Amino acid sequence: MDAHASDDISKHVKTYFMVFGTLMVLTIVTVGVSYLHLPVHVAILVALFIATIKGSLVALFFMHLNHERKMIYWVLALTAVFFAVLLLVPLSTNLDKIVQKY
Amino acid sequence: MEIPYTVEIRPDTGLTNGKLGVWLFLASEVMLFAALFSSYILLRVGSTEWPHGFQELNVPMAAINTVILITSSVTMVMAWASLKMNNFSKFRMHLGITILLAVAFLVIKYFEYAEHLATGMGPWHSTFLAIYFTMTGLHALHIIGGIIVNGYLWGPGAKMWTSEPVRFTNRIEIAGLYWHFVDLVWIFLFPMLYLL
Repeated sequence: MDAHASDDISKHVKTYFMVFGTLMVLTIVTVGVSYLHLPVHVAILVALFIATIKGSLVALFFMHLNHERKMIYWVLALTAVFFAVLLLVPLSTNLDKIVQKY
Repeated sequence: MEIPYTVEIRPDTGLTNGKLGVWLFLASEVMLFAALFSSYILLRVGSTEWPHGFQELNVPMAAINTVILITSSVTMVMAWASLKMNNFSKFRMHLGITILLAVAFLVIKYFEYAEHLATGMGPWHSTFLAIYFTMTGLHALHIIGGIIVNGYLWGPGAKMWTSEPVRFTNRIEIAGLYWHFVDLVWIFLFPMLYLL
């Protein structure tokens, strides 16, 4: 491996540890927020928001999705569409109950 | 027969076959967990009462497990980075720590399960515990799968480093993608089951 490539990886390593620190802080925030006993719908939104940020950090930096080939993005875009369908279609059959409950 | 495009990039996809293969596998895994997330939402909105996770489950243990899995993701990516920097002994150390952290996760999960079962709070007790055991059980199976693959790559599989270093580095990257996915699933499972 040439020196340039090795320097490049060293920069990546610094980023990995910064992401690690951020993930730890967000984990503490996630647990901390749960002790505030917010109304359920607010707690769900806050928890999902933090989890989405944490998940995105893992996907972007540890799984290198911040600089990946187009083919991978296409595969993931297709997956995201099917994921949304799988989650939202069954949910839509219960919209009346959800509105009543929350 | 030699497997094609393990090291060189396939011109039409711009990727090695292994990398595209693992992403397609992960896409199918997303759908597997999505089916369970969808079931969780339907069960929750369809129930007359639903407990707060923190009333039934051990939050400190799960929080420690979250820290363990995130740390193992860092050591996994460091194992790959060590190979990229031509440092095999550091690779072995980082992958070894990843495996140990995965085992620690399972040990904590075992104590959590044992605590529930000892008090008769098994999956048969309530819909909440049924979906809890199903989702965390499936996740634990993925952890076991990761330990087996990473254990092979740490032990006998590591011989490839001397004969085909680039191919071996690609293998570690691919095993890492799977491991980070397992971490990512837990990042959503933890608040959903334990904190809401």
